[in-house]
Amino acid sequence: MTSLPSKTERSLGLVIDLDICVGCHACVVNCKAWNTGGYGTPLADSDPWGPNPSGAWLNRVHAFEVGEGKDAAVVHFPKSCLHCEDAPCVTVCPTGASFKRSEDGIVLVDESKCMGCGLCAWACPYGAREMDPSAGVMKKCTLCVDRIYNENIPEEDREPACVRTCPANARHFGDFADPESEVSRLSRERDGTDLMPEQETRPTNKYLPPIGRNGAAVMEAGGCGAPEEGQVELQGILAWVDRTLERI
Amino acid sequence: MHPALSIILFTTLSGAGLGLGLWFGVASYGANNAGTVIGAGTAILLSSIGLVCSVFHLRRPLRAWRALSQWRSSWLSREGILAPTALFLLFVQAGALWLESPFAPWLGLTAALLCLAAILATSMIYAQIRAVAAWCTPLTPFLFIAFAAAAGAFLACAVPGVPVFGSKGFAVAAIALNIAAWILQYSWWRRLDRVGTGTSTPETATGLGQMGQVRLLEPPHTGTNYLLDEMGYVVARRHAAKLRLIALILGCGFAILLLAVGIAVGHVPAFAIFAALLQLAGTGIARWLFFAQARHAVTLYY
Repeated sequence: MTSLPSKTERSLGLVIDLDICVGCHACVVNCKAWNTGGYGTPLADSDPWGPNPSGAWLNRVHAFEVGEGKDAAVVHFPKSCLHCEDAPCVTVCPTGASFKRSEDGIVLVDESKCMGCGLCAWACPYGAREMDPSAGVMKKCTLCVDRIYNENIPEEDREPACVRTCPANARHFGDFADPESEVSRLSRERDGTDLMPEQETRPTNKYLPPIGRNGAAVMEAGGCGAPEEGQVELQGILAWVDRTLERI
Repeated sequence: MHPALSIILFTTLSGAGLGLGLWFGVASYGANNAGTVIGAGTAILLSSIGLVCSVFHLRRPLRAWRALSQWRSSWLSREGILAPTALFLLFVQAGALWLESPFAPWLGLTAALLCLAAILATSMIYAQIRAVAAWCTPLTPFLFIAFAAAAGAFLACAVPGVPVFGSKGFAVAAIALNIAAWILQYSWWRRLDRVGTGTSTPETATGLGQMGQVRLLEPPHTGTNYLLDEMGYVVARRHAAKLRLIALILGCGFAILLLAVGIAVGHVPAFAIFAALLQLAGTGIARWLFFAQARHAVTLYY
């Protein structure tokens, strides 16, 4: 049924730390690799080695430039399904293929019911759903439902592929319904934000904003380029060399 | 949004068919057999062609029957149930008229209400999508209903053998309705120009607004993808102003002029056929713009 559950027992999701993400795309690639052999039909590409490669991916990393001049920063921005509490993609589905699980809040597509109308992708403001170019069914992040409960793989692997692979530890997986979980604590302490709150989707996933850089003093001294000669006070043996050379 | 031909034909043709069904349902008393067959037949045929067109938009059309299951939450599902039910009732009403059954008016009224509900459901498929700010307005259902009713009234003027449809008053009403529909379309366009992506911005989309203005530095992929093909459609948006004018001239100006000449020379049905075709051509162009000009929130990430 494509009605949303009024409440979910658990609220599984991700915290993505924009302060840490280095934009390496490892999560993107591992997501693609796992979901090509995991839940549902393979995550297909069209024309992968040809002149116009395209394909379905469930996680993509954008890079944004924020702010002006000295204060400008580059922010790498991974984007995947936010497993919204009020998921508009679920309620629009006419076939019953899309659903939100009441036990853990994961939004999934039953690919055997999907007729490929694409309305759910239109309803999602985040672009989290992509049509599979060969199977003609809608694909989306499953929060690696086939990993997190999978007792056939080592326990340390029972988390989403993107989280498992992140070399910088910018991605965290857990239960937001538990206030003591790591994701709840991180989100609370670091002002975890919702994307497009005005769309009233109530996303589960939270993004931790970049922490302000502590280079303010350097900037006041004249930008973040190399310091001018004489600005830096030398110490130790360098100071002795400097004084000696001065005397010669 | 990508203006798929299947969807444009679906909304235009099934809208016109259901619009004709609406008028046939409420105003077909006294119709002779020819009028009954042509009136109800055209409504059912046009709507059915529209519905078949919509199936071409599906990647897995053999599963289309499943779309009838989620009427409790999905407007697309409701549309899929209401439209065929309305057409079936029109068919039953036509049979009742043919057999001169006393139930015909009641069946007609029910069919008309179902036609109206089906048009409303079609419009709500789009009006419910908050991610497309241009669509997400109460104006959208009014727009679809007004266009369906106007197209239906133009078609009805061409149906012989139905006393109400043959009257001069009905033709005048059709013209008035069409003017109202295009005024609504004009205000809908004015709103679209103003609204953009609504309250969503690159700053809210990334949650980085506190740090300043957000610009894309590097897209996540070098080629195109499904999201850009489907939601980031930009081709020929620059011709929008010209297309609006062409739609207005054909669907409002010429269509009305032709029907008015028909009224003046006393040959409404013959003129109404061509007036209805012009009206539908104008509506088709307006529907193309309905999709092509609407901006989806996901474009804020690109």
